[in-house]
Amino acid sequence: MSDERYVGIVLVSHSAEVAESVAGLAKALAGGATTVPVAAAGGTEGGDFGTSAELISAAAAAVDQGAGVAVLTDLGSAVLTVKALLAEGDELPADTRLVDAPFVEGAVAAVVTAATGADLDAVVAAAGEAYAYRKA
Amino acid sequence: MLDADFFRRWITATAASVDREAQRLTALDSAIGDADHGSNLQRGFAAVLATLEKEAPQSPGAVLSLAGRQLISTVGGASGPLYGTLLRRAGKVLGDAPEVSEAQLAEALRAGVDGVMALGGAAPGDKTMLDALIPAVDALGEGFDAARRAAESGAVETTPMQARKGRASYLGERSIGHQDPGATSSSLLIAALVTAAEGGSDE
Repeated sequence: MSDERYVGIVLVSHSAEVAESVAGLAKALAGGATTVPVAAAGGTEGGDFGTSAELISAAAAAVDQGAGVAVLTDLGSAVLTVKALLAEGDELPADTRLVDAPFVEGAVAAVVTAATGADLDAVVAAAGEAYAYRKA
Repeated sequence: MLDADFFRRWITATAASVDREAQRLTALDSAIGDADHGSNLQRGFAAVLATLEKEAPQSPGAVLSLAGRQLISTVGGASGPLYGTLLRRAGKVLGDAPEVSEAQLAEALRAGVDGVMALGGAAPGDKTMLDALIPAVDALGEGFDAARRAAESGAVETTPMQARKGRASYLGERSIGHQDPGATSSSLLIAALVTAAEGGSDE
C-alpha cells in the first residue's frame, strides 16, 4: 500500500443494480483499479427505484480520502439531489464535485483517470470529455 | 405576525392535503411522469411531521429549514430536492426571528422560488411547479386567499403547455393536455396557507 490519496468516485443511479454494475464495469475496465475508492449509491434506502440523499452522503463519506470526490449521476432526481446536497454546504465532503458526464462512459473515464493518481480537476475533465465521443 | 405555530400549521395542513390528494397526484403523474408523485410526497411529508414533532423547532425559519431538509432526504424523486430547496431557502431568509410578517414570508418564498429555478433550470411556461408558485408569490401581497387562487389557476393553466423539464419532457407534444402534477402539489402547499391562517391544520 502506498500512502497516495486517490480521488473518490460516487455513482448515483435510480437503480441499485445499475449503480453497482457500472461501478464494477468501471473498475474492470480500469484494469481492476483496486486502489481507487468507488461507491455506488443506487435506488432508495428501501430498495425501490429513486434517489436517496442518505445513501449519497454515506457513499461520498466512504470514498473520501482527502483528494476530492467526483459524483456521477444518471437522471432527474439523482442530479437534483446531489445539487441540493452541495448547496447545503455540509452534507458532502469538502471538494465534492458533481460531474457533467454521461453515466457509464464518464464513470469509466473517471475511474481510469483516478487510478493514475490524477487530481480532482483531471478526473472531472476526463469524465466530461466522454460527451465528445460520437458513436454515429 | 406569523409565529412558529403558524408555520407548523402550514406544514401540517400541507401534509394533510397531500395525504388526501395523493392518488390524484399520482394519477396526474402517471399520465406524463413516472407515477410516484403522490406517494413520494406522502412519504416525505410524513417524515417531516415526525421530525417536527420530535425536534419542536421554535422559529418560522427553523420549521421551514427542518421540513426542507427532511423532504430532500426522504422523498426519493425530483420533488424532494425541489420542495426541499424551496422551504430551506425560504427558512434561511427568515433566519431565527420568532415572528415574521406576511411581507417577510412573501420575500422568503420569493427567494425559495429563485432557488428552485436555479436548481432545476426551469422557467415559467415549462409546465413545472413554478407555474403555480410564481403567480402565487406574486399574489401574496394581496393575501393568502389571492395566492391560493393564483396557484390553483396557475396549476390549471399548465394543462395546454408542453413540458420542457423532467421526465415529462421526453413525451414532447404528448405532454400537452395533462395538468402538471408538480404545479398541482404546489397549489396544495399554497392553499394550506389559508388553512393555517384560519387556525386549522386540516387534520
